[in-house]
Amino acid sequence: MGARTPHHWFDFLANPERFMAFSRWAAPVLGGLAVVLGVAGLVLTFAVPEDYQQGDTVRMMFIHVPAAVMSMFVYLCLGIASFLALVFRHALADAAAQACAPLGAAFTVLALATGSLWGRPMWGTWWQWDARMTSVLVLLLFYLGYLALRSALDDETKAARAAAILALVGLINLPIVKFSVEWWNTLHQGSSTLFAAPENRLPAVYLWPWALMSLAYLAAFGALWLVRIRALVWRRKARALALRQAEG
Amino acid sequence: MKAFTILLRRELGLAWGKGGGPLLALAFYACVVTLLPLASGRAPERLAVLAPGIAWLALALAALLSLERLFERDYEDGALDLLALGPASLEAVAFAKCLAHWLAAGAPLALAAPVAAVALGASPIIIPLLFLCALAGGLAFSFLGGLGASLALGSKRGGLLVAVIVLPLYAPPVIFGAGALDALAGGLPWLTGLVLLLAYSVATVALCPLAMAAACRNALD
Repeated sequence: MGARTPHHWFDFLANPERFMAFSRWAAPVLGGLAVVLGVAGLVLTFAVPEDYQQGDTVRMMFIHVPAAVMSMFVYLCLGIASFLALVFRHALADAAAQACAPLGAAFTVLALATGSLWGRPMWGTWWQWDARMTSVLVLLLFYLGYLALRSALDDETKAARAAAILALVGLINLPIVKFSVEWWNTLHQGSSTLFAAPENRLPAVYLWPWALMSLAYLAAFGALWLVRIRALVWRRKARALALRQAEG
Repeated sequence: MKAFTILLRRELGLAWGKGGGPLLALAFYACVVTLLPLASGRAPERLAVLAPGIAWLALALAALLSLERLFERDYEDGALDLLALGPASLEAVAFAKCLAHWLAAGAPLALAAPVAAVALGASPIIIPLLFLCALAGGLAFSFLGGLGASLALGSKRGGLLVAVIVLPLYAPPVIFGAGALDALAGGLPWLTGLVLLLAYSVATVALCPLAMAAACRNALD
């Protein structure tokens, strides 16, 4: 694809040099944006009035819900990057996949941890085998499997391709897991009343901190993703250079 | 087709003959089913509630642990290279391996599962359904497990890695099977769970060989 003129953002970024030039300023800009949005979102988080039912704990939502959304969004990114790496054998796409997996796992852990902290005062329990929580937990296991496979194989290119296959299998499986867990939950007369989801009828006053925090999470992910891809590109360059020197 | 039959016969011979064959899977299954009541207490009413679930989950574990070296053996001694060059595609090779594993381990385990469940105190009415679930679910367990085994080719720590890759993928079939058994025990319509389990198994049988062949090609590169 190298010789064509770029007419699409993907073609544009697929060129490693252009990607490095772009990410060099995009990463700090996104990082700054994340800080500004995050601070504004946090200020609003603590400024909004208490919920008449949930009291102060409603503020947890603005930390928790965006993390849960990101945990799934990042897996989607991982799947798409893995697909591109597998089909086009593109080194940059593989670096993108490798770079986003630990970030996705971190968002998933954050979502589970904050959800658990929120559940304690709200439902009186740290954990419910509720459809959403269970499928997010399985999502975390998918991330862990990906990371384990990736680090277990010594050969880098083989590890990359095997992990990409697993990521795609996981991408196909995630909707099925979601469906199966929901089906299981209706069977077990789940906690649907407990989950009279607050975000289903979110009052306008809560919309702003929620939107700001979501954008802050998104920007932070973008910045960290770019930084990690850049680090991987550099590491590969350094390794290639060392190899060339060793060969004399 | 001829190549495939020969392949299947070879895999079946290996699965039945070498290293204890189905006996090993059955022995592991018996161990897990024995230890679980020791851990959860022997009060009959409590065990009876847990019995179908225990019998069902232990099946998944027994299937998984017996197939971690499904591809490793052929990979190490070079047979996988020869198979890749042979007339049958790697997809067919993977299909034959998993099918042979199902016939050699999945089917005997399906016979053992109802025995275990009843011994633990489950009502005998679940016997036919548990047998059907074990047969259908065993297909999914074998093919998904084969996928994990092929992805882990060439790694130094096989067993644990395969388990970490595969067990999350086992979530839907475990849920569907347990759902059907649970519904039957509770006097609810159980057909939905069985049909969903069958659908999932058929999908894994159709799709997993493609991924397994890609993983084998990657390992052989």
